[in-house]
Amino acid sequence: MTVITGIGVVTPTGNTTAEHWAATLRAESALARVRRFDPSGYRCQVAGEAPAFDPAEHLPSRLIPQTDHMTKLALIAAKAALADAGIDPADLPRYGAGVVTAATGGGYEFGQRELQKMWALGPEHVSAYQSFAWFYAVNTGQISIRHGLRGPGGVAVADQSGALQAVAMARRQLRKGTPVMLTGAVDSALCPWGWVAMQVSGELSPRPEPDRAYRPFDADAQGWVPGEGGAILVLENDTTKPHYAHIAGHASTYGEALVDAIRLCLVDADVAPEDVGVVFADGAGVPSRDAVEAAAITAVFGPAGVPVTVPKTMTGRLLSGGAAVDLATAALALRHQVIPPTVNVTRPVPELDLVLDRPRPGSIGSALVLSSGPGGFHEAVLLTRPKECMTC
Amino acid sequence: MLTLDALKNTMRECAGEDEAIDLDGDIADTPFADLGYDSLALLETAARIERAYSVKLDDTVTDARTPRAFIAIVNAALPTATVPA
Repeated sequence: MTVITGIGVVTPTGNTTAEHWAATLRAESALARVRRFDPSGYRCQVAGEAPAFDPAEHLPSRLIPQTDHMTKLALIAAKAALADAGIDPADLPRYGAGVVTAATGGGYEFGQRELQKMWALGPEHVSAYQSFAWFYAVNTGQISIRHGLRGPGGVAVADQSGALQAVAMARRQLRKGTPVMLTGAVDSALCPWGWVAMQVSGELSPRPEPDRAYRPFDADAQGWVPGEGGAILVLENDTTKPHYAHIAGHASTYGEALVDAIRLCLVDADVAPEDVGVVFADGAGVPSRDAVEAAAITAVFGPAGVPVTVPKTMTGRLLSGGAAVDLATAALALRHQVIPPTVNVTRPVPELDLVLDRPRPGSIGSALVLSSGPGGFHEAVLLTRPKECMTC
Repeated sequence: MLTLDALKNTMRECAGEDEAIDLDGDIADTPFADLGYDSLALLETAARIERAYSVKLDDTVTDARTPRAFIAIVNAALPTATVPA
């Protein structure tokens, strides 16, 4: 059985797992008007920016000039995840640990800066590090090099649902014999280039008020807002070691069939719908996509048949990082037996039991995490509580 | 002309430095690989030096294995007027 033994989180609500979890339980939103660049004139002006930090305090100086902002965040999360799992990769066999991350595109901010230099000053001004810093595989590569993780490597590029695919890819490597896999996603596109690229989806919210811009499953839903950050998880097959949760099931579908992803995931986990304690919904905030998701949840669990939450209402949608953070948050919810809340939703759709504004304690045996990307990617992962903790 | 100190400063600025290595020691003949610099770090350094010294370097500059070899290639490419007799 694949288990989560380590978690590293960097989100707009905190650049450590503890800060993120505490802010999430306080229902503290980090959404605000964009500060990283001037958002005037763009359709969407609200974002969830990761807390400012000094890279020199967290990263070796060799890595600073060669990394985009989102890779710096990913390296911080990966180191925290390994420490949390109590793993020193030097103690592992040479090919004993691998990395699979997800990405939507790569290092947009770095890429924009270097492309601007190319057109304004000439190609000789472009950094040699552009060759990989804006590449979608860069986080997998940098995490692997920094920690000497020579096992299987990979990247899932599936827009906002990639992180759960990455987890599934990592689980396959564990089943094939690699003892430790780092997986998840950390992402950012908070620069004008990335912003315009996201804007053409037509899904970004035009509302300038941070508390009204992103309201999934609300009668007032008008789209989503981007955020930056993500989570890196350490997965292992070792069930005797302390761990947060089992990765009990996964399914992936393409097209309109989110409901099939949920059903197949429960079959993979061998868990009945009535034993699912909470659903971390994708919560696109786009009325048509919310309707599909609400219908799929209702088809499997019945009307208001399971608590549903969208903690990413506090961070914005972290591109490929969002579902990774949902997995981390779901694992923490299982450990602490409390469902984190959804914020800013005032007129929820009646068919869902949304956990609003404050955490809801309860007996939670398993948590379903859903994730969808534009174009029809659907992913579902079911986490279950470690057996030895069922009564604690 | 390019000095060892100027090369070290350029490398620190554009490629950082390995915490485990003392660049201020006697490193003229230490291979770049042992100093923690890979070929991309050399490529980045060469580009900076090209701009700072208004010099065009041959692609073979990144084949230099040590700071001494790198400096020799750069100084050979500089106009002789800038090289003291």
